[in-house]
Amino acid sequence: MSDQIFKDSESDRKFRPVWYFSRALVYGVLLLWTIVCLFPIFWTATTAFKTAPDVMQGNILPWVDFQPAWLGWRSLGLSPDTIGNESTVRAEFLKRFWNSTIIAVSASLLAVILGSCAAYGLSRFSFKFGFMRNSDISFFFLSQLILPPVVLALPFLVLYKSLDLLDTRIGLILLYTLTVLPIVIWIMRDQFSSIPTELEEAALVDGLSIWGAFTTIVMPIALPGMVAAFILSLVLTWNEYFFAALLTSSNSTTLPVMVASQTGSQGISWWSMAALSFAAILPLIVIGIILERYIIKGMAAGAVK
Amino acid sequence: MEDGDRLHVVTADHISDQRRRLGKTLVWGSAALMALIMALQTLDGIGTLSIGFENWRPSLYAYLFWSTCLCVSQVLIRGEHGKRTLFVLPAALFVISMVVFPLLFGLVIAFSDWNLSSPDGRQFNGIDNLRQMAGDPFYWNAMRNMVWYTVAIVVEYAIAFGLALLLNGQIRARKFFRVAFLLPLMLSPVAVSWMIGKSMLEIRFGPISRFMRYIASEPSPDLAAPLFWIGSYISDFGQWLGWASPSFFGSAGVARAMIMMMDAWTFIPFMMIMILAGLQAIPRELFEAAEVDGASKWRQFWEVTFPLMLPVSITAILIRIIFKLKLADIIINITSGGPGGATDSVTSFIFREYRDRSNVGYGTLLAIVYLVVIVIAMTILMKLADRWMKPRY
Repeated sequence: MSDQIFKDSESDRKFRPVWYFSRALVYGVLLLWTIVCLFPIFWTATTAFKTAPDVMQGNILPWVDFQPAWLGWRSLGLSPDTIGNESTVRAEFLKRFWNSTIIAVSASLLAVILGSCAAYGLSRFSFKFGFMRNSDISFFFLSQLILPPVVLALPFLVLYKSLDLLDTRIGLILLYTLTVLPIVIWIMRDQFSSIPTELEEAALVDGLSIWGAFTTIVMPIALPGMVAAFILSLVLTWNEYFFAALLTSSNSTTLPVMVASQTGSQGISWWSMAALSFAAILPLIVIGIILERYIIKGMAAGAVK
Repeated sequence: MEDGDRLHVVTADHISDQRRRLGKTLVWGSAALMALIMALQTLDGIGTLSIGFENWRPSLYAYLFWSTCLCVSQVLIRGEHGKRTLFVLPAALFVISMVVFPLLFGLVIAFSDWNLSSPDGRQFNGIDNLRQMAGDPFYWNAMRNMVWYTVAIVVEYAIAFGLALLLNGQIRARKFFRVAFLLPLMLSPVAVSWMIGKSMLEIRFGPISRFMRYIASEPSPDLAAPLFWIGSYISDFGQWLGWASPSFFGSAGVARAMIMMMDAWTFIPFMMIMILAGLQAIPRELFEAAEVDGASKWRQFWEVTFPLMLPVSITAILIRIIFKLKLADIIINITSGGPGGATDSVTSFIFREYRDRSNVGYGTLLAIVYLVVIVIAMTILMKLADRWMKPRY
């Protein structure tokens, strides 16, 4: 073998340990934060399969520290041996789950429809309602974000009482739509302003009406943004607790209210609470893992101009 | 309408007088119908008439009918321009009817003595509620807590920025880390308050208190001498921190810190993603130029990254503040404001004011005062932010 001509200089060789050290540090911090993020979810998921002694002893790893049991899921009527039987708890759970689903999905849909139209109008035409021009109208919509829910809560309580809308799904849907509408408008305005107007101009020249151009040309292009807005709304409305706790009592109670009302009653049976909490967060965890791209896209909208 | 349109279209609308008249009739007709129904219901409510309405639904339906007619008539009267208005009008009507009316209504409630559980109904009581608020130490305590909670955003921002920098660096399994870091945001605060607040922070057998007690316990004497020394130092340190008998919601300061941490846990991903999006938008050439100029990583961060990220950072922090001001779910479910109101946020305080005393009038006044404070504070913040966001060259 011939002698090596090109050698790492002394300074480069000194550099390697520093590089390894910084890599180790980076991955160490990343792993640490991953544990911080995932351990509570892992803890809840495993506690749902624990029995009383496992909880007391603080066993952590399934199959290593303890044998998983169906205790928590049995109390919800969702374990393999009880799934065929009648169960009042399961009926209750499924009712709440269904309420949450209907309310979250319809509120998000309504918000996306209303918000997309408004955002499109504001990004394309200049309006004048009284003294309000486009920027004022946009600000009017976005400023709703500042409004804390507590300001609306008690007036709505009284209003809904006189309108007979207390404890109805439609009442919650309307309120939830209101709370997520500014976010939808914010995301969609960003989306539409990035679509060139030449597309619609061509469509209009070809004889489409403005609504025809909107639904057939613009909407398909803006669809990813709409999905992002929809999912963000879904997350916020699925998790909403404050209004649901105030405005519903029995018929249209959502899942968070059910989880909250179980805490503390009848002592605490850890396993069933864990099963219930886990069932309540599972849909969003699945959505988060599958549709992570859209969520990030939605949140990044408006951050970068 | 004017030259300002981004999408400028010339349309030839021939709107006959008949059509215009029809549109106007529709709006005013339905408005008259709405006024009539509302008047009837009001009279029925006072007791002058006895029609026996069960609730105010008829008025609601009349309002909905009028809104629909208003939208239809826009097209009838103004043709193509009306169709454009139709994009914004439904959302505007929706927000106005859902926000402006309740707010005006709330103002009326705020200046009255109204206890839903008392049979007297609503009684106007002038500024009595204001006077009561001025002397309510718990409300001002809750306000002070909100300031602390808001200040905690600085720490959240620093952590979020750090994580975003790591994710933006050259790492493997980036997608895995991104998903893992995002997940806390997806969880409902109620579930979080059970999962972490009630279960993991349980004093006897929660994993965190167990870990803390383990740290503070004396090391086993079987260990080799050096390990034993290290172990006893760690345990002394743990005992000094008070980890031998951990308590999370006993003392005011610790309880508040715990609430802050749980809230931070759910919302750090939110700021992290906004900052990450900002980082990815910075052109690489700037760093290359800085590198060529011989800037160290540290200098690069403070001279290039941080100034360029200022607008994104301010947006993220402002939005985070807005969300923080709504903080309530975790507090309601874990501490209900305790110990002694130390963890109360304004929202959770008003929530309990209603839950425990059904005191609608006073609660609404507190909420409206809170709104006024928020609006003033946010306006000042946004003005300041505007000034900071201007690039300094």
